[in-house]
Amino acid sequence: MTLVPALVLLPFIAGLILLCVKAEWPRRALVLTVTAAVCAGSIVLACVPAPVDLAGLPLNRHWLNVAMTAIEVLMGLYILYVGVRARHFLIVALMVAQGAVMAWFEWLARADLNPGQALFVDKFSMVMALINGILGGGICLYALGYMREYHTEGHRDVPDRRPLFFALLFIFMGAMFGLVFADDLAWLFFFWEITTLCSFLLIGYTQTPEARRNALRALVMNLAGGLAFALAMAWFYRQTHSLGLQALIHSGHAVALLPAALLCFAGITKAAQCPFSSWLLGAMVAPTPVSALLHSSTMVKAGVYLILRLAPAITGTAVGLTVALVGGVTFLIGSLAAITTPEAKRVLAYSTVANLGLIVLCGGIGTCQAVWAGILLIIFHAAAKCLLFLSVGVVEHKLHSRNIEDMSGLVLYMPRVAVMMLIGMAGMSLAPFGMLISKWATLRAVVDACPLLSVFIVFGSGATLFFWVKWMGKLVEVVRPRNQVVKEISLDESVALYGLTLVTFLACLFFPLFSTQFIEPYVAGIYGQSASLGQGNTIIMVIMMAVVMLFPLSFLSKGRGVKLVDPYLGGANLRDASHFSGWCGQAESVTLHNYYMGGVLNEAWLSRLAVAGGAVLLAVMMAFAIL
Amino acid sequence: MKPWLRLIIYLVAAPVIGGLLAGWDRRVSARMQSRRGPPILQPFYDVLKLWQKKNLAVCFAQNYYILFFFLLIVFTGALFFAGSDLLLVIFALTTASIFFVLGAYKASSPYSFIGAERELIQIMAYEPMVLLTAIGMYMVTKTFYVHGIASHGGLLVLALPGVFLGFVFALEIKFRKSPFDLSFSHHAHQELVRGITTEFSGRTLALIEVAHWYESVFLLGWVYLFFASSPILGVAMSLLVYGFVVLVDNVFARLKWQTALTSAWAVTAVLGFGNIMVLSFQR
Repeated sequence: MTLVPALVLLPFIAGLILLCVKAEWPRRALVLTVTAAVCAGSIVLACVPAPVDLAGLPLNRHWLNVAMTAIEVLMGLYILYVGVRARHFLIVALMVAQGAVMAWFEWLARADLNPGQALFVDKFSMVMALINGILGGGICLYALGYMREYHTEGHRDVPDRRPLFFALLFIFMGAMFGLVFADDLAWLFFFWEITTLCSFLLIGYTQTPEARRNALRALVMNLAGGLAFALAMAWFYRQTHSLGLQALIHSGHAVALLPAALLCFAGITKAAQCPFSSWLLGAMVAPTPVSALLHSSTMVKAGVYLILRLAPAITGTAVGLTVALVGGVTFLIGSLAAITTPEAKRVLAYSTVANLGLIVLCGGIGTCQAVWAGILLIIFHAAAKCLLFLSVGVVEHKLHSRNIEDMSGLVLYMPRVAVMMLIGMAGMSLAPFGMLISKWATLRAVVDACPLLSVFIVFGSGATLFFWVKWMGKLVEVVRPRNQVVKEISLDESVALYGLTLVTFLACLFFPLFSTQFIEPYVAGIYGQSASLGQGNTIIMVIMMAVVMLFPLSFLSKGRGVKLVDPYLGGANLRDASHFSGWCGQAESVTLHNYYMGGVLNEAWLSRLAVAGGAVLLAVMMAFAIL
Repeated sequence: MKPWLRLIIYLVAAPVIGGLLAGWDRRVSARMQSRRGPPILQPFYDVLKLWQKKNLAVCFAQNYYILFFFLLIVFTGALFFAGSDLLLVIFALTTASIFFVLGAYKASSPYSFIGAERELIQIMAYEPMVLLTAIGMYMVTKTFYVHGIASHGGLLVLALPGVFLGFVFALEIKFRKSPFDLSFSHHAHQELVRGITTEFSGRTLALIEVAHWYESVFLLGWVYLFFASSPILGVAMSLLVYGFVVLVDNVFARLKWQTALTSAWAVTAVLGFGNIMVLSFQR
């Protein structure tokens, strides 16, 4: 099965070539070809029966390990250089500590030249590969048009380093493929560190002081996770003389608990959970494709992937419970924080943090139902969030604002993008679409395993609804007529956006298929039993989905016998019903402004709470793991 | 009784019972305010009259939102009375409410806009308690299915006293009764024009009214579940709870949304979650 290493290598090679391509059209051709190839490859891979037979692949060669170690050392030296140049000594300290742990590990492993299998592909890896291939590919395609506009219109002051940008996008994608296919922890760690470095470089792309600062913050937090990962690897090798992820999962609580806890710590940093959520919020300074990539198909999904993988190893332990608590707290605080801000990308970022919290909650509980729900959450969140980020990126270019209040009436003057955003938001918040189904499954899993944890979900989901619907309302309301934007989206962007809309739509419609073909076999393979929502419920949901999907049809017919009038404004309406005659006959203009609950909720206070709560929980988790 | 039979009875009888309850509410409220009050059948007369009115709207789309709100409310109740999964019922109810809110946003008048925002706050305030009620019922009866909960042997309220009180509190918000009638109120003296329904008229407004009847019956059906092992007590308690809600409506003035939200969440955390905590320690 050479497809698996090919999927990893192809984006890497494409990335290295793109680094040297300065002209527009060869880059375009290359991006298009590689994206198509990667999409096709991940779809073909999904059709192969699992687990994929990888025995014939020559992956245990000595030179391969030497090359990987060399690249790791180079990356480490580069990070040290970054740390010294920025006078950020925490980075230096973390990197030195990580280097020391890795040296210890190499010394331990010096005699053993033939570790177990390097790669392992089962149904879960296939789902992740599909997400990475299709959504990641869509983002790269979108980036072609977006970055051209970014440098020619919006941000002329930013140096045009597009070759580096596209190279990093593809290397990122390749690393993510490697990460989800790896079974050898050393390989997993290798790809893990590549994603850390790529995210650092991409966040700092514009090189403004803010971008540099946020990139360094992301780097330092992910390095902390990397250190935990290295410790887990070395410790597990010392105990068992093996490095397999599958071996770790199946080796029982006594051996696996400490390394699993350390790996969960690494996953929590990468998935931007409390107390590490600030790096993901800071990552918004980067161009939109980077945010989309970090939030939907790669990076944060790597973190939750690892935690869900490890779920069987921590289920029913105190460590698992604290991981679940971290997720629950993050979900609640993230959802509440999303209410407080009018900035579109920030709302999306908080919602990502919150939804990842839900997935981490599932992983921490680790029963078969919870893992089933968690994987479903990953799929729906990736699709809908990708669509939302890319649409917001388009709107930002046209309106030169990312403020939700400025999007009032978007459905009238950018109808296509507005409808895409509405589909994305419906997918995130409305029953019977994806995220709500997953939330429901999560709630059931939590109630069965540990009812007290449900408190986070019930309060959090109320808050989630509030910020999504008020945003949807802002898009559909029309206060004053405005001219339609002439050219909404460029060709590459529209291919990506329409494609993603279709993916979101199909994912919602065919979720039972996803469940029976991918998630249930995976869960059954691990736990010996499977989970689902029950056939009756699925049928009811499909009926409901059909009803709700009929709704857009109603716009086709103008209401018969309906007479249009101006809204009531509290005085005599003037001109176009956007002004009214107020006090002493003065013309007052109408503005509508959403609630942000300033008096009840405070963003700064919430984030302090998140940091404190998360830190305490992580300390408790490590204490449980060591004792 | 077969599920489909219950379903048909619900579809036919719910608007009648809901309308009568609304008429009774107005009559009793009037008596509490030393007025004579309208006849019991007044809500039906109102709806019939609204149905014949000219259909005015700010934009065409707003009426479709309300149509789907109506359909989904009926669907929610149908799921409930057919004995379906309680969590699914809640999610359907929420989706219905969202269509109502979006319709008001679409109407784009400042008053319906504020009403929509406040309705969202109300949803946010009551939803945790409603979800916790379903969870509490699950913990006692080991099923989320309404038919399973209804055929449970014991009186649920004995195991779930806190959840029951919390649920009654949530009903106060859900029925949009004072002190939590933020989004629209029957009391003209404390209303911003007409809140969320400002820009709806004619048949659309009639649909909102009928949807409200369906919703009332469904919510009282849920109160019944707490006493399902003794049907007579169940019906009596449902009516009593409705009477209590009407009484509270008349003795309180509207609260600020901040107070509504924080008090609802506090009640949910103390009564609802406290009850769940006791239950999970008993296991």
